[in-house]
Amino acid sequence: MSAVLNTPFVPTVKPKRGLLLGPKSWTAVMAALVTIVVLVPLLNLGLAPGNAFHLPDYYVGLIGKIMCYAICALAMDLIWGYTGILSLGHGLFFALGGYTMGMYLMRQIGRDGNYQSDLPDFMVFLNWKALPWHWALSDSFIWTLVLVIVVPAAIAFVFGFFAFRSRIKGVYFSIITQAMTYAAMLLFFRNETGFGGNNGFTDFKRILGIGITLPTTRMFLFVLTGLTLIGFYLMARAIVNSKYGRVLQAIRDAETRVMFTGYDPLAYKLSIWTLSAVMCGVAGALYVPQVGIINPGEMSTAAGIEMAIWAAVGGRASLIGPIVGAFFVNGAKSWFTQVFPEFWLYFLGAMFIAVTLFLPHGIVGLFKKKSEDRT
Amino acid sequence: MTPELMEAGRHALDVKEGRATPFGESGGRQASYGRIVQEDEVDVAHGAILYLDDITVSFDGFKALNKLSLSITAGELRCIIGPNGAGKTTMMDVITGKTRPDFGKAFFGSTIDLLRLRENAIAQIGIGRKFQKPTVYEQLSVFENLELALKADRRVRAAMFHRLNGEELDRIGEVLLLIHLKDSAQRTAGLLSHGQKQWLEIGMLLMQDPKLLLLDEPVAGMTDEETERTAELFLTLEGKHSLVVVEHDMKFVDELTQGRKKVTVLHEGSVLAEGLLADVQNNQKVVEVYLGR
Repeated sequence: MSAVLNTPFVPTVKPKRGLLLGPKSWTAVMAALVTIVVLVPLLNLGLAPGNAFHLPDYYVGLIGKIMCYAICALAMDLIWGYTGILSLGHGLFFALGGYTMGMYLMRQIGRDGNYQSDLPDFMVFLNWKALPWHWALSDSFIWTLVLVIVVPAAIAFVFGFFAFRSRIKGVYFSIITQAMTYAAMLLFFRNETGFGGNNGFTDFKRILGIGITLPTTRMFLFVLTGLTLIGFYLMARAIVNSKYGRVLQAIRDAETRVMFTGYDPLAYKLSIWTLSAVMCGVAGALYVPQVGIINPGEMSTAAGIEMAIWAAVGGRASLIGPIVGAFFVNGAKSWFTQVFPEFWLYFLGAMFIAVTLFLPHGIVGLFKKKSEDRT
Repeated sequence: MTPELMEAGRHALDVKEGRATPFGESGGRQASYGRIVQEDEVDVAHGAILYLDDITVSFDGFKALNKLSLSITAGELRCIIGPNGAGKTTMMDVITGKTRPDFGKAFFGSTIDLLRLRENAIAQIGIGRKFQKPTVYEQLSVFENLELALKADRRVRAAMFHRLNGEELDRIGEVLLLIHLKDSAQRTAGLLSHGQKQWLEIGMLLMQDPKLLLLDEPVAGMTDEETERTAELFLTLEGKHSLVVVEHDMKFVDELTQGRKKVTVLHEGSVLAEGLLADVQNNQKVVEVYLGR
């Protein structure tokens, strides 16, 4: 080879990348950080409710909830936008994280429930005498944190291993993820499985012994969610900037080429699939204490599709796009469902069609500098 | 004490202290037939780098390959021609692990059984393949396309922390120069012309530094000038690498064989004729099935 290539002049080439983010993006990240950690707590807790600049609790709750969705959208982007695998089952991983946290919160209620029993209310109602086996670790906060990561990871890993090993791709993969989520939803709907049936878990009182509805607790959860979102964003940025991230994009563009270049796509797909499931699980665990309820509706078909819509509307394969998309779609949703509640789903459908037709790169695609080589 | 005894004593001590393993029946040596057997290293001491024997592949009763036997010598440039449906692409599928034959043998060198390996393992031991339709990573830049093909550890963890060193950058630069894409290094691969994509894919193969290159219609869609350059490039690779070129363009085949190399004609899944291009072109059977029409 080298003999062939003994050319007198070898051009010096450099990869077109350096730092994790450009200076502008770092400024944006810092601005987001300051907003979440300083500005929002100050405007919400520091100012009296009558003040013109006071941020109502409603908005803190709403933004906190949307930031959880944004984490899901980011996870969708890694697996769909960058690796080209459309999952309609990420609602399951979100719900698994949420249910794991919900079980802990149910145990924290203690004897303050309607029936003044050590068991959660729904179990008393079902005339159960003891906690089922899968509730064994639910009174430990540390174990809950571990399980929030391990449960979605384990299920995603096993499912992904068999699906990717069998080389299930494209729309077939999307369909089986949806089927899996639907099956899980039916399972969680049943009273016998011990997840509260169709009511799920609600009426939480405390987290770590502290009142869950206290303004400071809620603000703490808000800040924690914001920091998690920023942390995941930076992690995702590091991933897509690495050679690993470029292999993922290569799998999206030409998987057979990747295989015949010597990479095993299974390992790459399985790792990013599991990671994105964990991200959704963490988002679910942050969501439940803020929203105060988790039920099998989070696993519905519509919930899984909505996550894909957030990513598509914001702009796939851009990382910031899905976050923008989650805020835009959910912001629109909360406004629409107040003003024209019956038209929301039509609007959502129309928006999805419009984005598909006119904005292939989503909302952020509008603002992207049309550089010569990336159009 | 004789040197042999001293050696034996030293070994016995090493065994005792766990530095060496005890001799087996053959005195700790592996059967090597006079040369050293190296695991996962292609062994071409018998001359052949690729050896296909009696390969049969059938799809729903249709025999895409019918008892195909073929042997490629190390360093050889072999052109394979044949009408559509002769089994040329299926043959490449078998060699690269995409298709499993119903029966037959496929060896890389004299020790590596290709039928036991998966696609990515076959690529790693040194068989590179160019597809009929140029297959590059459309959304990545030309540079990134080459970077991913660069010979390196293919595992996930290695890819996560990989940093290009100067030597690797130089190598990418050399290949960019060779495939005439050095001014397009930062362009998105999807924006290249068809011919340039073909070149890029060839460049990606070169980055892998395979011992055997399988090239499926490498000049399809290229201009005459590009075709000529491709022929020159392949001729420089010959010797150091082994090449199997499937092509319909007889002018290109003629340039590659230079009137002295063997050409194989496939028809209905087996070898119809083998020999110099001129002889093959005058072969009555070949004229009937292919060239005469």
